[in-house]
Amino acid sequence: MAKREDWTLRLSTGGFGLLLLMIVAGIGVQLYRESALSIAKFGWSFWTTENWDPVSGEFGALPFIWGTMYSSILALVISTPIALGVAVFTSELAPAWLQRPLVFLTELLAAIPSIVYGLWGIFVLVPLVRQFEVWAPAWLKAFPLFQGPPLGVGMLAAALVLAIMVIPFSSSVAREVLRSVPRAQREAAYALGATRWEAIRTALFFGRTGIIGAVILGFGRALGETMAVTMVIGNTPQISWSLFAPQYTMAAVIANEFTEATEELYLHALVEIGLVLFAMTLVINLLSRALIWAVGREGKRAAVSQPPTLASEGA
Amino acid sequence: MWWRNVKSAVFVGLCGLSVLLALVPLAAVLYLVVSEGISSLNLAFFTQMPKPVGETGGGMANAIVGTFILTGLGACWAIPIGVLSGVYVAEYGGSKFASTVRFAADTLNGVPSIVVGIFAYAVFVLPFRQFSALAGSAALGIMMIPIITRTTEELLKLVPPTLREGALALGATRTRAVFTVVVPAALPGILTGILLALARIAGETAPLLFTAFNNRFWSTDIRQPISSLTVQVFTYAISPYEDWHRQAWAGALVLVGLVLTSALLARFATARLERMHRGL
Repeated sequence: MAKREDWTLRLSTGGFGLLLLMIVAGIGVQLYRESALSIAKFGWSFWTTENWDPVSGEFGALPFIWGTMYSSILALVISTPIALGVAVFTSELAPAWLQRPLVFLTELLAAIPSIVYGLWGIFVLVPLVRQFEVWAPAWLKAFPLFQGPPLGVGMLAAALVLAIMVIPFSSSVAREVLRSVPRAQREAAYALGATRWEAIRTALFFGRTGIIGAVILGFGRALGETMAVTMVIGNTPQISWSLFAPQYTMAAVIANEFTEATEELYLHALVEIGLVLFAMTLVINLLSRALIWAVGREGKRAAVSQPPTLASEGA
Repeated sequence: MWWRNVKSAVFVGLCGLSVLLALVPLAAVLYLVVSEGISSLNLAFFTQMPKPVGETGGGMANAIVGTFILTGLGACWAIPIGVLSGVYVAEYGGSKFASTVRFAADTLNGVPSIVVGIFAYAVFVLPFRQFSALAGSAALGIMMIPIITRTTEELLKLVPPTLREGALALGATRTRAVFTVVVPAALPGILTGILLALARIAGETAPLLFTAFNNRFWSTDIRQPISSLTVQVFTYAISPYEDWHRQAWAGALVLVGLVLTSALLARFATARLERMHRGL
């Protein structure tokens, strides 16, 4: 009997695949439709003006973009070295019996609900940050980065909470990337007399594009994080370099003001912020997947072109 | 040489230190949730309704029931779509459409939960001019789909090809081979994936804020606004009342307990599965 296509399976399961596709497309379409008023009225100026005044119907989203980008970048600056350290330790350095429990624990960090981080942020982290702000000596406060009254809530608390929440994401991807680096890369380094760190650096260098992908993926997570940030950032639309200043993010303004938006234009302005958040995460996911995927492919090619090795590393 | 060895030791030490730095917040959060939550957790928390402002005591019975209704209903939408599209991606992985579906799943997984909330608002709240449990469950369901799709795909790929070949050799159609042999073989793993997805969305707050909204009263009507643990914890956390803070901690403890139990269950289940596959 000739090989025959089983259309029942293909069509029944494929239909659900199509439904999944339609949901993603539907999100984009609906967000666009529900923000039409604001897009038509403000155009580009929506993203370049600072004035957010629902009462007079003036909407400029620049402070929210600023708050989202600034907090996410700060979170990355704090979390990236730690996440990389965790990835290296759990995949290359830890003894075999310790690896799985450590991976499990770091993944628990990702499992704790955002609202719980927020609660912890309000009652523990914010008072700690306030103490630090009160304690901060005058010469430190002379920098624009540390100006303003000691409120506790603000950019610093938000960046810290975000960093904690992003670590498990970037470290687990970075770990996968390190795993896909062929063993021969490290063995060659050891054979040339490299120390342990130098061998790891070789592996990190080999997987650099994927590791950048891991960091970007973490960035995507930070951009969209809502509850924990809303609870500690202070929710004040202003553009400031100061870590002590209360600010606002795109996700936080949607969470706080959506149910209060009685005017249609107000609602559309909020949805437009959501639309841009959607577009940003879309681009970032695309970019990071492409980078991670590139390392996996390169690793396979390198592994195929090299003979199997006998020695085990790091002994 | 000694300098390079010192440098190596320093970097190895820094990697160990970063593991500690990552685990300190985990320990701090867990410790505080347990210590603050335990003292506020009592029978009334599970059986009583919220008390009006100013009165102490009361519980979150309606929110607990609400969370179960929302996640359960969300799972009803998400499981068929997630599992079947996972089967499609696993079976026709090479085709262009399958890669598109896989990419869509990854994209959906990365979409911020608040954006999913806006989508559910536009589709399920605006036309009816009414916040509802239905809209909330739709938002949660959409967030579950990609997790289930990807786990189903991964686990179906782990099923040894000999099983399928055996079924096909006996004259089964591909549909029959997949649904009576391959999927059942992967079923424990798929159920684990669903459990993890459930735990993850039970902790979501943002997509519920303007879909399920909140409800101070007892409600099991899916056409009405409904309370949930997460939204209730949020409302209590940002309130100025001491007694509400206490209850917020108790709610957080219940949430973390739910998540940890399911994560541990899933871990044991996957460990067993892996042993099984190695045995094959």
